[in-house]
Amino acid sequence: MKIYLSNSDYLRNFESFLRSFDPSDPSKLEITTHDRWINVHPVVLTMIAALARQLRSKDIFIDEVTAASGHYLARMGLYEAIGKRSPFSISEHEPAGRFIPLTQIHNQMEQSRFITEVIPLLHLPSNRADAIKYTIGELVRNVLEHAKSRHGAFVAAQYYPNANNVRLGICDTGVGIKKTISVSWPARTDLDAIKLALTPGITGKTKREGGTAANAGAGLFFIKSMAMVSRDYLVVYSGSGLYKLTKRDKRTKGFPRLRVNPDRDKHAETNGASYFPGTVVAVDISLNQTREFTELLSVIRSAYTKAIRERKRDTYKSPQFI
Amino acid sequence: MTLNIKKYAGEFAENKDTARELRIGKIIPALRSKKKVVVDFSGVSGTTQSFVHALISDVIRKYGDDVYKLVFFKGCSPVIKEVISIVFEYMQES
Repeated sequence: MKIYLSNSDYLRNFESFLRSFDPSDPSKLEITTHDRWINVHPVVLTMIAALARQLRSKDIFIDEVTAASGHYLARMGLYEAIGKRSPFSISEHEPAGRFIPLTQIHNQMEQSRFITEVIPLLHLPSNRADAIKYTIGELVRNVLEHAKSRHGAFVAAQYYPNANNVRLGICDTGVGIKKTISVSWPARTDLDAIKLALTPGITGKTKREGGTAANAGAGLFFIKSMAMVSRDYLVVYSGSGLYKLTKRDKRTKGFPRLRVNPDRDKHAETNGASYFPGTVVAVDISLNQTREFTELLSVIRSAYTKAIRERKRDTYKSPQFI
Repeated sequence: MTLNIKKYAGEFAENKDTARELRIGKIIPALRSKKKVVVDFSGVSGTTQSFVHALISDVIRKYGDDVYKLVFFKGCSPVIKEVISIVFEYMQES
């Protein structure tokens, strides 16, 4: 496998990053970097950590990093994650450098501890921190419940003061969305499976509306809706499928219409991405949004309930008139 | 009976395993005995839809009207109220 870290691996350019990801030869991992500047979304680091966890340290190679921003990789814990000695010496982070380094979460207890102890490292106001806690809580739990990954979930996040957003990545090398969702819903391709997972009320655990006692099939729809409202990117990548919610038009006033069918959202997609053995979710969470989280949830409630009602109506039997 | 969510799930209630334990170990036995249940979210800043779903969706499905008569939610912030309302609403639709 080969991964190249460029100077612009943002979600906006995620497809470009994926074109440089070569998953052939899973017996080794080669990491190369831009020679002058590295700028990577935390999700890229989670992908490297998750892939590296399946290999021995001797089968992982990283070029000498010459980029001026190379110390970022050390600060985010990449060298530790791939079992290599860091060439950088890192001092305590400056106040502006609010980040969550690469963290591996194996179980619910570690998830709860992470949410309680690690998210405060982002130094966010409490009303904004709750949106981050919500997102991480739902996404990590998805991995723990559905992915069947031996290594759990890898999480990393970074606050960007200029954009005033938190960029978050979560990755696992589990069974992938297609295998999970296909238990209850037909998914021909990885992309079909991702779209089903983004559809409200659909969970791989059951075909029943309202879900099981443990699962409602709402988590990803809620997070997509939050991203949609605050004009943020959301990427869901699993197997060869990639769905990227792109930014909606700035001129749209108020809440956008939350659509049940992810096909109807402004997005980019492919079913021909470099194969990733697991699931990757990345989201940028804007802290500029003026709308309260409560108001957002209220809009999501209407959309979600309407979706279930309409799908249920589709199953109604019609009287037979002769 | 009063269930202090902060005591069991902390200031941000997201642990679905805890929610499940509370549902099976506390809420359902109380409803079987037709006892009033107060789910107290005082001191909890937020929660996830998954947590609330694991806590009460199955109760709504199995105990229907008893839930509306016997289960009360206390000390809820606007966000928590909204999340609980979401789960109640879609469980009635499904």
